Amino acid sequence: MAGITPSQTLGPYFGILLRGRAKCRQVRDGARGTRIVLEGRVLDGAGAGINDALIETWQADADGRYQHAEDCRPGTADPDFNGFGWAHTGQTGEFRFETIKPGPVPSPGPGIQAPHIVVSVMARGILTRFITRIYFEDEGANAGDPILTLVPEARRDTLIARRAGDHVYAFDIVMQGPRETVFFDV
Amino acid sequence: MVPYRRVPAGVHPPEDPAYRSTVLRHPLQPLVEIPQTISEITGPSYPYDVIGPVDNDLTRQHPTAPIGERIVVEGRVLDDNGQPLPRALVEIWQANACGRYAHEVDRHDAPLDPNFTGTGRTITDDEGRYRFVTIKPGHYPWGNHYNAWRPAHIHFSVLGPGFLTRLVTQMYFPGDPLQPLDPIFNSVRDSEVRQRMVSSFDIGLTIPDWALGFRWDIVLRGREATPALA
Repeated sequence: MAGITPSQTLGPYFGILLRGRAKCRQVRDGARGTRIVLEGRVLDGAGAGINDALIETWQADADGRYQHAEDCRPGTADPDFNGFGWAHTGQTGEFRFETIKPGPVPSPGPGIQAPHIVVSVMARGILTRFITRIYFEDEGANAGDPILTLVPEARRDTLIARRAGDHVYAFDIVMQGPRETVFFDV
Repeated sequence: MVPYRRVPAGVHPPEDPAYRSTVLRHPLQPLVEIPQTISEITGPSYPYDVIGPVDNDLTRQHPTAPIGERIVVEGRVLDDNGQPLPRALVEIWQANACGRYAHEVDRHDAPLDPNFTGTGRTITDDEGRYRFVTIKPGHYPWGNHYNAWRPAHIHFSVLGPGFLTRLVTQMYFPGDPLQPLDPIFNSVRDSEVRQRMVSSFDIGLTIPDWALGFRWDIVLRGREATPALA
């Protein structure tokens, strides 16, 4: 068995890499489902915005299907939707994704997982990647979600995006402090 | 779906007060352990067709060649079962030969090179191989502590087969005297594990009269059992 390569920080200059990438565009004309905007800030332990973080998201389409070979249920994922989003935070730590509200997806056990987006947080000053999830406050399925149930009740609301307007959800990522976001060991 | 093995403790570095910026940025609460689901075992890919012919040759992205020592960096992306990972997106970014990034935040008093952007991307082939031609990056100072200098390094971003295989790291060069002094390099505590980030000089990869070769394999988390055995 080969040893896993350790992680290192992104440092402050990864913006030059993103400039050369294709533009991050998740929703094309014809995509199924409800278009939403997801916006928020990444904050450090002193409450300051982190302006050199990279937020990456991965999610199912409106029908709860992943564009990936290992989602081998019958049918196909929406060809007009890309479940991969990424954003370099702005001057005050802000980020914004234009996406589709994901559908519920299968659970490893009985039941389903409530609609959610999985998230990676990386930044200067962060040596490894931190993983979290975004759920939506207007989903009744949250109550039975097998992952949310594993989170201490007092901290669950750090994983819930709040309605902040018509089809707009707000979700801050707090690295430290009383409102520290729950991060996962997966 | 075959789950991924958990990453052993001591591989990915924890917060480290010696690297000052970690102090307010690493979470203080313990991570919550959760099972792997379809959301983590699947994962993103990149529109491979937009990768251009000189995207993996950082010396040919401008009309004139950049200043500095031309090098070849080649290796494979594997999982920790030793299986090569084809179709992985491998991206790099780095300073120029003088230790300056083409980024407005970098105020180091060293010249920019108009012929060097310092970014590249490629896709691994059927054997998991990637290859870049670039310039050996220079050393540069940073504000972490008095007389702090980074060892020469190339930033690597790897998008493997699933969300759980995502890795961002740095490749270092053999024999760099700054490595023992660098808090980022030494945030990986175990010296054997730390050496996984150091490339090897390889005369076999070296091209006569043209460029030195450095070999570096990148190992991502693998499955509990390989799919062939499942």
